Amino acid sequence: MVEPLPGQRIPTVIADEVHIVYRVNGAKSGKGSATAALSRIVKRGRGAGEERGVRKVHAVRGVSFVAHRGEAVGLIGSNGSGKSTLLRAIAGLLPPESGKVYTDGQPSLLGVNAALMNDLTGERNVTLGGLAMGMSREQIKERYQEIVDFSGINEKGDFITLPMRTYSSGMQARLRFSIAAAKDHDVLMIDEALATGDAKFRGRSEERIRELREHAGTVFLVSHSNKSIRDTCDRVLWLERGELRLDGPTEEVMREYEKFSGK
Amino acid sequence: MTAPPSPDEGLTAAQLAAKYGLAVSGARPALREYVRQLWGRRHFIMAFSRAKLASQYSQAKLGQLWQVATPLLNAAVYFMIFGLLLDAGRGMSKEVYIPFLVTGVFVFTFTQSSVMTGVRAISGNLGLVRALHFPRASLPISFALQQLQQLLYSMLVLFLVVIGFGSYPDASWALIVPVLVLQFCFNSGLALIFARAGAKTPDLAQLMPFVMRTWMYASGVMFSIPVFLADKPQWVANILQWNPAAIYMDLMRFALIEEYGAENLPAHVWAVAGGWAALVALGGFVYFWQAEERYGRG
Repeated sequence: MVEPLPGQRIPTVIADEVHIVYRVNGAKSGKGSATAALSRIVKRGRGAGEERGVRKVHAVRGVSFVAHRGEAVGLIGSNGSGKSTLLRAIAGLLPPESGKVYTDGQPSLLGVNAALMNDLTGERNVTLGGLAMGMSREQIKERYQEIVDFSGINEKGDFITLPMRTYSSGMQARLRFSIAAAKDHDVLMIDEALATGDAKFRGRSEERIRELREHAGTVFLVSHSNKSIRDTCDRVLWLERGELRLDGPTEEVMREYEKFSGK
Repeated sequence: MTAPPSPDEGLTAAQLAAKYGLAVSGARPALREYVRQLWGRRHFIMAFSRAKLASQYSQAKLGQLWQVATPLLNAAVYFMIFGLLLDAGRGMSKEVYIPFLVTGVFVFTFTQSSVMTGVRAISGNLGLVRALHFPRASLPISFALQQLQQLLYSMLVLFLVVIGFGSYPDASWALIVPVLVLQFCFNSGLALIFARAGAKTPDLAQLMPFVMRTWMYASGVMFSIPVFLADKPQWVANILQWNPAAIYMDLMRFALIEEYGAENLPAHVWAVAGGWAALVALGGFVYFWQAEERYGRG
């Protein structure tokens, strides 16, 4: 490691020719009947080079960029352009088919939904989610009240001791966000649709994201809201069909993007 | 290394990464480091297994009572079919056969459900694997732990059955603990192996019930291997008796049932029990770790 000179930019995330391919079972064209599946297996037995019955989806194609400390990078592009996939690859959750991602420390995705269980009480989910994110029991105990207060779940009575499946979808989303945002991260990645709930909660969560940004070295934000990209990011990567179409200062890229999407 | 005004110009990505000490994202840690990370997540593993267990019956009116009622009903069904209708307990009195059968069913179910949940441990939790960082071995181990807790509930029923048929707690009951520890190690290893296999080939989830059922019938869950195979060559009985499922069942029966003495156990039973546990647990762990960085791909 070298000492940074003043004004020098320190890379925190380097993506080098990253390709990501999803393999989808049972989506091969053709009939979905059992006999069709059988004939595919027989054909595979004859030694065709490509795996049969498995369809490949090339979601990210050769993306390269360098992100620096203190940058807030927005990812834009139409639905299915590979933004979330790219985030997961940066976080090391999805291995690239080829190419490499280098990071400083462990980037984390702001999302804990998958660890939570709807049949458990909100209380237990706070603990479970915290542990899943790698917090210690003491840290969770310390932050517990803060998380519950932030979510506002208990504003209308003692809901935190009820199973999560009894919550309204808005309440569920609020609790999920509150748990996810309880931890500070080095490289933070925020996928869209996190700021849910009513106007009051949305304000609070935007505030919290700003706080997280200040603590994090580098922030990635996926969003379809051009406004929130302009508000938070100073650099934007525009992905289209898995390819990096444009990479530059927010205003420049956003102008091109808006022209493209016809706004 | 001194930095000229634009020091990073012309460096390749790998050189740039090396210069600033960046590491490849999502790379597999060394085995020792992996064990350390896993230990760091022990609270998560415990909490996850308990949460899974608790959420199982949370919508039922009787709630957690089913933890005990399910094994009880299971034991009753097996008793009706094998004890009353088929009389599979040849060579054993009812006082021995019923506890023999119920012990066998519960102990085998522990291994069986560890394998079945293991197969889906990664493939059924891809969302979690693709969202958060943790050593992936946490999942299969957590599921094996859930099955262990399930077995502990079943043990309550088992104690009632055993006592009801005239075997009272004595010193040999202390053997339950080492048997459970060894079987848990063995099951965790199996769960790890099948978690990796099932992540690559989800079809295993369809296939495994048949494999497990074959294994169950071959392990003497509802009959005594030496008695039933008396007219077959000795080596056949030996192989069946030394298979890990039969070993753990027999040891548990030996511990619990007064009249089920050491003459029913194969030779070197403890060594074999420990050997299976060590072999499968360590082998399974290393085998699972080798694919650690690929589990997110699905």
